[in-house]
Amino acid sequence: MLFPPPTLPSAPPRIVVTGAGIITALGGGWNENAKGFRNGLSGARPVTLFDVEHQRVKVAAEVRLPDEFEINRLSKHQLSRVNRAGRLLLSAAAEAWHQAGWNGDARLPLVLGTTAGGMASGEDFYKQALKNSGRRNQPTRALMYHAHAQARVLMDALGFSGPVMNIANACATGSSAIGIAWEMLRRGQADHVLTGGYDALCQLVFSGFDSLQTLSKTACRPFDAHRDGLLLGEGASVLALETLDHAKSHGANILGEIIGYGASFDSHHLTQPQPEGNAARLSMCLACESAGISACDVDYVNAHGTGTPLNDAAEAVALNRWAGDYASKLNVSSTKSSVGHLLGGSGAVEATVCLMALKEQWLPPQNGLNEIDPVCQFRIIQKRTDAAVKIALSNSFGFGGVNATLIFRRWE
Amino acid sequence: MSSVFISGIGAVSPAGWGVDSMSQAVERNIPIQSVSISSPVPNSKIQVRPVPACKVRPVYLSHPRLRRSSPVSQYAAAAAVEAFGTQSAEAKIGIIFSFQSGCVQYADRFYGETLREPETASPLLFPETVLAAPTSHTACVFKNVPITETLVGDPGTFLQGMAMGANLLFSGQVDKCIVIGAEESSWLVSSAFQLWNQSAIGACGAGAVCLSLNPRDSIGVELKAITDSFAYSTIIPRNKAAASMRAELPSSGDNVLLCDGVQNLGMTDMAEKQVWSDWQGPRISPKLILGDGLCAAAAWQCVLAIQRLRQKRESAAIVSVVGCNQQAIGAYFTQT
Repeated sequence: MLFPPPTLPSAPPRIVVTGAGIITALGGGWNENAKGFRNGLSGARPVTLFDVEHQRVKVAAEVRLPDEFEINRLSKHQLSRVNRAGRLLLSAAAEAWHQAGWNGDARLPLVLGTTAGGMASGEDFYKQALKNSGRRNQPTRALMYHAHAQARVLMDALGFSGPVMNIANACATGSSAIGIAWEMLRRGQADHVLTGGYDALCQLVFSGFDSLQTLSKTACRPFDAHRDGLLLGEGASVLALETLDHAKSHGANILGEIIGYGASFDSHHLTQPQPEGNAARLSMCLACESAGISACDVDYVNAHGTGTPLNDAAEAVALNRWAGDYASKLNVSSTKSSVGHLLGGSGAVEATVCLMALKEQWLPPQNGLNEIDPVCQFRIIQKRTDAAVKIALSNSFGFGGVNATLIFRRWE
Repeated sequence: MSSVFISGIGAVSPAGWGVDSMSQAVERNIPIQSVSISSPVPNSKIQVRPVPACKVRPVYLSHPRLRRSSPVSQYAAAAAVEAFGTQSAEAKIGIIFSFQSGCVQYADRFYGETLREPETASPLLFPETVLAAPTSHTACVFKNVPITETLVGDPGTFLQGMAMGANLLFSGQVDKCIVIGAEESSWLVSSAFQLWNQSAIGACGAGAVCLSLNPRDSIGVELKAITDSFAYSTIIPRNKAAASMRAELPSSGDNVLLCDGVQNLGMTDMAEKQVWSDWQGPRISPKLILGDGLCAAAAWQCVLAIQRLRQKRESAAIVSVVGCNQQAIGAYFTQT
């Protein structure tokens, strides 16, 4: 039963990550991405997926999709009907599934975040509907528009059954999904959950950000004094979360622990954050409260840092206020300079970057920074840096005002 | 574990603005007339059950965030305001929004502009295509909203949202939680509908249920249970999912209402019809009257069931949602 929930455990169980699959413009899989993020590489390249001739900006962080997937029970025919978003999701999920050592399961909750997962299929359906006047259109395109259709593909490919919950909290949704999955485990509603976020590039969204003039015409430089916008990207990351007891019961390899989650709502404007970063700060404070830590315990912050003038200014103020006297010692970077803004995939990919930093003991630098915005009182990581990282925090802030913060701890 | 009470309900439907017009239409048991809508596709016949124009435009629709918003945002806000009613404006309110099709009208317009002339595609339209936009607009109508969530999925997602809302109340993050299911129609969605069943008629609108832990807020109805969400997969086909959903709900009784999602659409309804074929108690099928409003329709089912309990016509009600392509899930309400 979803309601009433089971009796709450006397103390919430510890929640660990036993699988983390990732695919971005830097490549497919943990190792390739860890190498790219550790060295601050960039995945920006000319857009090839759709026509950008008449757009202001013509680059994005496009993914080179794999032809095959690590674990896949779909037939060739079924796979041929899976759209780009579904393939990104499947690629990341198969890696996480393999790492976690899970098997088919009749009841494994799946909590995913996406903003426009199947939009490219919707675009195809739209164009076909206009073109084929009076002729029957292709139902698959309408079906694959739905986020839950991509979830279904994932369940069938890996051999499990849901329940499925799709969160669409705009750019915060990857973090929201992981946070909601974390809460589900802590409430005793499951002992393991597959969760994450994904999005594929599509024309509508690219054109939308271009129309708002939020895409950078130069290079994505979060927190730079002369930043001029974001780099749009695509990709996915999926995490296998388990209670510690469940992970131990099957000898899982633990990649890290999630110790805190906070969420808040910013009513300031549909597309602009409140300039003082009130809701962003609240999100970080709530996450710290749930983790039982304070700002000075945090070794690294993966900022939302889109590279847009308004977002970064508000986030910088929020970070300064949240960290207080500790701000000057706070290590911060935005990995969107490497892989772009993955929208629904961002929070999950950035969660995995935090896990990489914790496990391999380095800080991900951001590239292209020329002159740091004087509003930033914190340290921005700009070059390859090895460091002792015990606790990492990841921020995600979305259109519409949903803010989400996750906190991770190194597993020792 | 505390009880969860229903503190208000709201609806916008093809029957009109408000719960009363919807419940009267279902009582009359005459399907709402469908209308043809325009489509850029020549020779296409697209029928929908739209929301009629509001006779008197409510003041809250003049809110700066709602003036130029998509219809789905306006339906959602109207249902939420009706559900919240005159409860304390100081209360911390959670907003949980669910839909399946998304902000299709503005997405349709914006994508059309992109294909024609991307340089001039409207920056005012694009933000309204974002799935979280209606949630955000609705939240801004209220004074104190610390948290919102937007869920996408088939009609059962509304019931998942109610379970999520109950958990938010128990966590202490909010005092009340308004759970909304809303949809808007377009030629594109309706033509997609008809790929599966030529007789399917889409509907639009919204339904909202306000939840509270405070018995003094109750309108005389309590949320007793929401079943697990039984997702369709290779392992669990639709009929098995529907049977699993029913197994978690109480059995039939003379004074228990069944509010189902049946539309008499052949294969589309088969699993739900089969699973409730032995039901002996009172039964209503609102989609037969209102059309298929997807997540809004699941919300209407709950609103209508709650309304019947509020009117003391039955002592308990079951809502059955065997969704189109994701899950089977049910809810159980009782009089308090």
